[in-house]
Amino acid sequence: MKYQSQAVAKPYFIAALALFVGQIVFGLIAGLQYLYGTFLFPELPFDVAHMSHTNLLIVWLLMAFMGAAYFIVPEEAQTELYSPKLALLTFWVFLTAGALTIAAYLFVPYAHLAAITGNAVLPTMGRGYLEQPLPTKIGIVLVALSLLFNVTMTLIKGRKTSINLILVGSLWGLALLFLPAFYFPQDTVKASFGWWWIVHGWVEGDWELILGALLGFILIKMTGVDREIVEKWIYIIVAMTLVSGIVGIGHHYYYTGAPSYWIWLGSIFSALEPLPFMLLIAFSFKMLLARRREHPNKAAMLWAMGTPIMAFLGAGLWGFMITLAPAQYYMHGTNFTAAHGHLAFFGAYAMVSLAIISYAMPLLRGRVANSAAAQRWEMAGFWIMVLSMIGIALALTGAGIVTVVLQRAAADPMPFMQVQDKERVFFWLRELAGVGFFVGLLVYLRSFFISGEYEYAGEMKRALAT
Amino acid sequence: MQQVFTKAMARNIFLGGAVFFLAIYLALTYDTWQRIPIRDHADQMTPAVLRGKYLLDTNDCIGCHTINGEGAYFAPELGNVYKRRGPDFIKAWIQSQPTGVPGRRQMPNFHFTPDQLNDLVAYLQWLSNIDTNNWPPNIQG
Repeated sequence: MKYQSQAVAKPYFIAALALFVGQIVFGLIAGLQYLYGTFLFPELPFDVAHMSHTNLLIVWLLMAFMGAAYFIVPEEAQTELYSPKLALLTFWVFLTAGALTIAAYLFVPYAHLAAITGNAVLPTMGRGYLEQPLPTKIGIVLVALSLLFNVTMTLIKGRKTSINLILVGSLWGLALLFLPAFYFPQDTVKASFGWWWIVHGWVEGDWELILGALLGFILIKMTGVDREIVEKWIYIIVAMTLVSGIVGIGHHYYYTGAPSYWIWLGSIFSALEPLPFMLLIAFSFKMLLARRREHPNKAAMLWAMGTPIMAFLGAGLWGFMITLAPAQYYMHGTNFTAAHGHLAFFGAYAMVSLAIISYAMPLLRGRVANSAAAQRWEMAGFWIMVLSMIGIALALTGAGIVTVVLQRAAADPMPFMQVQDKERVFFWLRELAGVGFFVGLLVYLRSFFISGEYEYAGEMKRALAT
Repeated sequence: MQQVFTKAMARNIFLGGAVFFLAIYLALTYDTWQRIPIRDHADQMTPAVLRGKYLLDTNDCIGCHTINGEGAYFAPELGNVYKRRGPDFIKAWIQSQPTGVPGRRQMPNFHFTPDQLNDLVAYLQWLSNIDTNNWPPNIQG
């Protein structure tokens, strides 16, 4: 850690991991309700478990991105953070607002929550990922403004590297793209069209810039490769993201009431969306091979190398599978989308968050890298989580295939619930893989409780002895 | 190549590409905005339809169901449910929830009034007439 104020990242990272645990618990509950519909009903209906699962995902990723920003921006700018106190205050506001919102989901019926939070005045509730009541949404904007003010002032007074410009710029984009959450047209087709400005704009646009900046930073630090080379690669990658991804939003507009020309535009441009992920793989491994030092934090390197591969699988490959209009005609609104969503969110955004946490947390705890024993636990957690998530994606893909065959493309299509019954084996596999993922997460978290730092001398002796 | 293709050039492709495609997207969005009201018969969005929509939103129906494929995959598609089941079945179904059948997926009872049920059905009927490029492939959604 080069600057004292980078320490404010620590509570953000810890809270991110705690919320991550919560996300998985709700995921396991929701997954079990697919198999036993009466499980926890009526205390915790599926929709509440589902929105808690998805909202906790968003909140923990935002926590991790914010922590990453407070860690990276001062180091890149070569100056202390503008206001560490504001960053800390913002942390507590965000954590409290997030916790209160989840508690409200759990203990207040949704319609009642809407009634007591002014939804009638400015309707915003009842959209996927944007279920939060109005006060929470306003809180998110205030937290974002505080972050933007802090990192932008830091950037202005310090060195302006490309990594920092992309990172701070994409944080501005993240905040701006959230504003359509306050615009909920009464026309359902327009509402769906605009909903994607936020959801697609984040995960298939702006967040890929954040991912590029984080990965670029980690690789500069860990490989010692010349900054000019890394930054040029990142610019090319994020250029491809926006060139393919902006009009590529059309792949959400095929069958929701928008004009037919989106079928062509969306298919052509979204077919290019895997390209930036391929470039990301090429870039990461080129940097790994060109490394000028052996960083002792092997676990962070594993996360950094795993991220582009898993992001390509989830966002690139699984995304491509459902993106062309003729295929999506049958796959739209099935568990194919859920498979893609799980693998892409984890492979790209959860993993890059865990990568920066893996790199930064030892530094925040006053060491270059954790002990070899701690890293072994962390890397075991990596593999268990990665393989389990692939299992979840494959199981959901299996369920999607059954829906397409029996319900969507059949000569004599079966009703939804009958088809769901035929998919039980896949929902079981998904749940088992989910339990595996949870075990992986616990193994990963165990690594934080193994004290001590990396011992060069001891490890070298051991390496020579074998 | 490093000398020929500089970081400044890469940055300019990034900025230029972003601005260029954003401009295209905004122009297309403007055009789409003019066409949507025709494709979804916005003139038929009566006060009852809008009240029904508000009920759907504030009870988080898309937390389990999909509307034109968007939402959660726990319960059946609602975009064409009016055509699949008809108004009377829909009202009776909503009122009879939860079924309580052991192990079966449960839908809560939202205690809607008869007027609210009419509003919900009005909205579902409006939804079922949107031009969605012939999606879903069949009545089962």
